[in-house]
Amino acid sequence: MMTLFGIPTAALFGQLLLGLINGAFYAMLSLGLALIFGLLNIINFSHGAQYMMGAFIAWLSLTYLGANYWVALAVAPVVVAVFGIILERTMLSRLYKLDHLYGLLLTFGLALIIEGFFRQLYGISGMPYAVPKELAGGWNLGFMYLPIYRAWVVVASLLLCLGTWLLIEKTKLGAYLRAATENPALVQAFGINVPVMITLTYGFGVALAAFAGVLAAPIYSVNPLMGSNLIITVFAVVVIGGMGSIMGSVLTGFMLGLLEGLTKVIYPEAASTVIFMVMVIVLLIKPAGLFGKGA
Amino acid sequence: MLKKALIGAAAATALMAGQAQAQFSDNKIKIGVLTDLSGTYSDLAGKGAVVAAQMAVEDFGGKVNGVPVEIVSADHQNKADIASSIARKWYDAEQVDAIAELVTTAAAVAVREVSKEKGKIDLVSGAASTPLTNDKCSPTGFHWTYDTYALANGTANAVVKNGGKTWYFLTADYAFGHNLQAQTERVVKANGGEVKGAVRHPFPNSDFSSFLLQAQSSGAQIIGLANAGADTINAIKQAKEFGITQGGQSLAGLLVFITDVHSLGLETAQGMQLTTGYYWNRDDETRAWSKRWSARMDGKMPSMVHAGTYSAVIHYLKGLAAAKTDEGVKVADQMRALPIKDASGFAVNGKIRADGRMVHDMYLAQVKKPAEAKGPWDYYNVLRTIPGDEAYQPLSESTCSLVKK
Repeated sequence: MMTLFGIPTAALFGQLLLGLINGAFYAMLSLGLALIFGLLNIINFSHGAQYMMGAFIAWLSLTYLGANYWVALAVAPVVVAVFGIILERTMLSRLYKLDHLYGLLLTFGLALIIEGFFRQLYGISGMPYAVPKELAGGWNLGFMYLPIYRAWVVVASLLLCLGTWLLIEKTKLGAYLRAATENPALVQAFGINVPVMITLTYGFGVALAAFAGVLAAPIYSVNPLMGSNLIITVFAVVVIGGMGSIMGSVLTGFMLGLLEGLTKVIYPEAASTVIFMVMVIVLLIKPAGLFGKGA
Repeated sequence: MLKKALIGAAAATALMAGQAQAQFSDNKIKIGVLTDLSGTYSDLAGKGAVVAAQMAVEDFGGKVNGVPVEIVSADHQNKADIASSIARKWYDAEQVDAIAELVTTAAAVAVREVSKEKGKIDLVSGAASTPLTNDKCSPTGFHWTYDTYALANGTANAVVKNGGKTWYFLTADYAFGHNLQAQTERVVKANGGEVKGAVRHPFPNSDFSSFLLQAQSSGAQIIGLANAGADTINAIKQAKEFGITQGGQSLAGLLVFITDVHSLGLETAQGMQLTTGYYWNRDDETRAWSKRWSARMDGKMPSMVHAGTYSAVIHYLKGLAAAKTDEGVKVADQMRALPIKDASGFAVNGKIRADGRMVHDMYLAQVKKPAEAKGPWDYYNVLRTIPGDEAYQPLSESTCSLVKK
């Protein structure tokens, strides 16, 4: 049998594929964060809580309304986006002129409140959520058993990331967005309603988190802390990719998923730290991140 | 003359009564429930443990020899430093006489040190690791509900005897996980089984697919989960997704609480074997107590940690009543001497040893199929009662300095 790093290549392929799947979650979450930071200048620390809300809405709508996975996938992002828009209008919009730190503290506090609220109502252990019937089972690829649901996660995530990228880079709306990021006053002078655009961007970024949350519900324990466990890693991904760089955060998400997957085979004890080691190195060599512009 | 004598007698009586009460310092008994009120163990311990302790006080009548009993509680956030500073504050400034529950080994050990130094009682229920009754044992310290030794003995014994000879471990990379893996390996090897390997995963960890794949390719019959809480839940959930169980391998959850099974759902958890110190639906006594607890906890059912906290607190109150003092060492002596029996039906054949271990019957349970469950929280079939002496570490093996050899 051929080996690489002392591991049979077949097993290695399996692990890389799994890394890619985890990378899909990093990519979706860091994409939303990058988008929000790019336009709002807000480091959205409640992103993890909003991801958790997505998963909980899936569970709630299944348990109390009998709505299936596909309905949740459509509804949860909308509900969370509306919630996000309310937050943006009532609180975040007051902080744009201040230092990043204020936005960070506010969203961090909000995250704690949201998590505490769900913990009070539903406890900490989490709720069961089954894989939808259409996507149950798996394929035997020879080198590994691939659950159909995991394949769906990668496909959905890639489509979502690509769609977002096209929207921002290739459409007129995206052009307005990018212009408003560069110089909001000038764009406003051209008669474009920048505040509304900012609000909608926050809603969209938050909706991405909720979408990822629904995708995660069948494979991870749906519990109030599921987001805070993930969000620190996702922040590292954003920092490595470069704050505000959309393509950068997506690519970095997938790349670091792969790296983490490899670490889980070679030296599993370091799996939770490897991303932060990369972050330190990148910050030392390229402080703006791999894909960031300027410092 | 008569009047004077009467006054004298009254004064003497009052003085005597005062003296009898003075045995209990500051005329109050305070029990602190120190637990995880917000983090990962707050369902299996947490508020439910505080409620259980309150029930113990109420069932005892709210008073010990006329002195009122009060329950206070605090969140140690599973951190040793926070736990020990709260314990110091409670003992030094707030007249707390005993500390109960103490989930998380690191927190329990930290409080154990403080209690030992101050001669106060600790009643450990939620923490699992065996050092509490070995090198960290104390004349005023008790380990009530379960430990890693008993868990390993119960589950691993049964699994190996059913033909699960080869094992691979997924181990949470911290003291508790290492301890649980070591205890289980010992049982597996003693029964002629073989350990094919182990992978240590970060704690906490949400994606187990990579580790499960490694376990799968090891070819071991049994994948032992030496972890707890959300880690165990995620590992079991994903093992099903990756077809591990359909592929002929079985999972052995080495520490599974009823709250974990509730979170997984029977569809995912069915068939799994586990060891527990308590099951609410075991007999009429356990059902009656659990339903009372449940009524205060929004219809949830108690974990073994909750029932163990109740049992430990009420036994402590009996110890106080018998010792007629709140002096730790004297109360502990009475607690060791008194028979253990309470309304929760927890401590069947219970006895406290010199190392502080409360030995009692444990249960090997199997998670029901969804069709078998007759109602909410009806999750286990009890396969076997494991007598306490068989389940727990023999006293002769204990490294506790209080054990006379």
